[in-house]
Amino acid sequence: MANSLTNRRLRAALLAAPLFVFVSVTFIAPLATMMMRSVYEPVVAESLPETLAALADWDGRELPNEATFRVAGMEFIALNERRALGSVATRVNRLESGMRSTMLGVARELANDPPAGAWREAMIAADEDWAEVSSWLAVRRAGERITPRHYLNALDLDRGAAGEIVAQPEDRRIYVTLLLRTFAISAAITGICLLLAYPVAWLLAHARPSRAGLLLLLVLVPFWTSLLVRTTSWIVLLQNQGVINDLLVALGILAEEQRLSLIYNMTGTIIAMVHVLLPFMILPLYSIMRTIPPRHMQAAASLGGSFWQSFRRVYWPQSLPGVAAGSLLVFIMSIGFYITPALVGGRTGQLISSMIAYHMEQSLNWGLAAALGAILLLLVVLLYLIYSRLVGVDRMSLS
Amino acid sequence: MIPGNSAKPGRCRGCSTVFGLLLALSFAIFSTAAGAQTLTLVSWGGSYARSVERAWVEPFMEETGITVRVEDYNGGLAQIRAQVETGNVFWDVVDMTTPDAVRGCDEGMLEFIRLEDLPPAPDGTPASEDFPPGSRSECAGGGIVSSTIVAFNNELFPGEKPSTLEDYFDLEKFPGRRGMRRVPVVNLEFALMADGVPLERVYQTLDTDEGVARAFAKLDTIKDQIVFWEAGAQPPQMLADQEVVMTTAYNGRIFNAQILENQPFTIIWDGQVQETSGLVIVLGTPRLEIAEQFLEFISSSESLAAISKYISYSPTRNSANALVSTHLDTGIDMAPHMPAAEQNMRRALNSDWLWWADNRDEMNERFAVWLTR
Repeated sequence: MANSLTNRRLRAALLAAPLFVFVSVTFIAPLATMMMRSVYEPVVAESLPETLAALADWDGRELPNEATFRVAGMEFIALNERRALGSVATRVNRLESGMRSTMLGVARELANDPPAGAWREAMIAADEDWAEVSSWLAVRRAGERITPRHYLNALDLDRGAAGEIVAQPEDRRIYVTLLLRTFAISAAITGICLLLAYPVAWLLAHARPSRAGLLLLLVLVPFWTSLLVRTTSWIVLLQNQGVINDLLVALGILAEEQRLSLIYNMTGTIIAMVHVLLPFMILPLYSIMRTIPPRHMQAAASLGGSFWQSFRRVYWPQSLPGVAAGSLLVFIMSIGFYITPALVGGRTGQLISSMIAYHMEQSLNWGLAAALGAILLLLVVLLYLIYSRLVGVDRMSLS
Repeated sequence: MIPGNSAKPGRCRGCSTVFGLLLALSFAIFSTAAGAQTLTLVSWGGSYARSVERAWVEPFMEETGITVRVEDYNGGLAQIRAQVETGNVFWDVVDMTTPDAVRGCDEGMLEFIRLEDLPPAPDGTPASEDFPPGSRSECAGGGIVSSTIVAFNNELFPGEKPSTLEDYFDLEKFPGRRGMRRVPVVNLEFALMADGVPLERVYQTLDTDEGVARAFAKLDTIKDQIVFWEAGAQPPQMLADQEVVMTTAYNGRIFNAQILENQPFTIIWDGQVQETSGLVIVLGTPRLEIAEQFLEFISSSESLAAISKYISYSPTRNSANALVSTHLDTGIDMAPHMPAAEQNMRRALNSDWLWWADNRDEMNERFAVWLTR
């Protein structure tokens, strides 16, 4: 008896093993690597060990001494000969624009003509930015192996000259604005989805089976259509010279010059994303509503309740798990949405995902991309905890 | 039952065909990867890559007997970095914008191309004097000059037509929506030029905070009317749909719409911003010798001029401009359509890619802030 139980457990574990391996390899490992990247940046520290050692004792107020200049200059030249200075300079450049050419330039110039005596004068003659304390501070800060820098930047903060935390200059504060906007747009999309989906799910759950099948097909067909096709169709419909505006003008509702801007802005993002995400609201609602016996409403009515009263006190509470599941699903999906806002969001409809993609693909600043992703993940987890405390996980149904 | 029965063997037949094809394909990939005499060239796809094949790849294969396989990519250095770092280089030659080439070169992912190794011009001028100074990365050869220009749809301007860069920013004289690429590069330059900054002072001005603020302030004047685009194929489409009255665009795309699709578009060459691209060799390729042979072949003045038989991009060498002739498929004279044609060069800015390499990250951030405001 005990033996067969062990056997069965073992078999279950073996059956689950492929999934476990799959999830670790495709989900947990990449996630852990990205989290690591958001705080760990060893390239500069490993490339400029002597310069950083010399800068460690430096007070950061006046220019470093001649010995530091010499060590730095020699390390720059040696790195450039191995063609390794570029990736170091790129990282320093993120802290202080212009440092890329300042470092590469000095390495090139001094390699041809190494100074016999004073490196300090020679380096400043090659590029006068070496006479700026801020250049040296940037090198020192880029040399931190473990750094909170990416998280600070992701929250529009930076470190001041003395290491204190300061706000970024106003014309570079972008991430908090985008995070807040992402949450606001996602909340709006969730709300609109709920309003649209609730009556549809009700119809689906309480229609005759033959008609319900057809209705369900109408919900599912767009669900199966390619995301790109659906998004570009919205462009055809919504654009300035598109179907909807043409129709409104033809019917005389709008004058030619009053055409509505329905796309390439926040409106466009919301419309297209609501359409894409609607099935994720309808399906959980439908599955919950199907389990609510119609007799409950009839009983409420027979006890003298008006439709509104019976709905509010009998039906709504029973459908709440579906509402919670659908809302959470739609909200979390819309927070990370990328392709639809990129195509139809224009100027005002971009979400934080656009900046993450930019740092992954264009600027190759993976540390910052990872920090932004981690903050997003943290906020979603927090939200989930609050939500499950309010609604109760066991009451929430995803199927 | 019957459909099931008939489908089953059918599916099996399909299976074996697919399987056979896959097998053949994997053999093909394996054998081409193993053959040392097959060069892989990675370029941008679309009508441009077709021009590259006809102007460069086919003549090279004919002359040398070396097979060249052309693949597509979307730019960027991420894949090349991965190949170099893992030591498994299977891209040999890559067509790349100059800023990416500069960066890839700095970061040690690309081979240096020495101008002394490239062939001289037909009149004997050495290559080192024939490439305009500052136009290429030290790791790039060959290449093209493309231009970002403003274009408009003639049908929307029955009366006076816009003719200068200033007109693009003039909503009173020419009301209507404008298309603009959603990046700071080129647009900041356009803004400053239209605001009266002379060509030679554009990047000096951008080097100061006040200069950057001035550029954004100029962009502010048309901000409400801008429709942003991202892919090069969008602006001709937006003009054709009359979604915008004017738009910034790549000149080759507008040329294709004008010549091959007979669209009533006009290019405003005034204030054009020219950018170069070039071909680079990925560091550590096992086919270095034939890659260098290919670079040498396509960097001759004749080869560089040949691309203009197919698309309206200028050659990168001065001596090659004189060799530009006619469009091979339609027979029209290409000279007036080239970015580097004399009549188009009255006010033309060369994009300063060293400045952008230093400031791109910061400008992109500021541009993103500007977009949200």
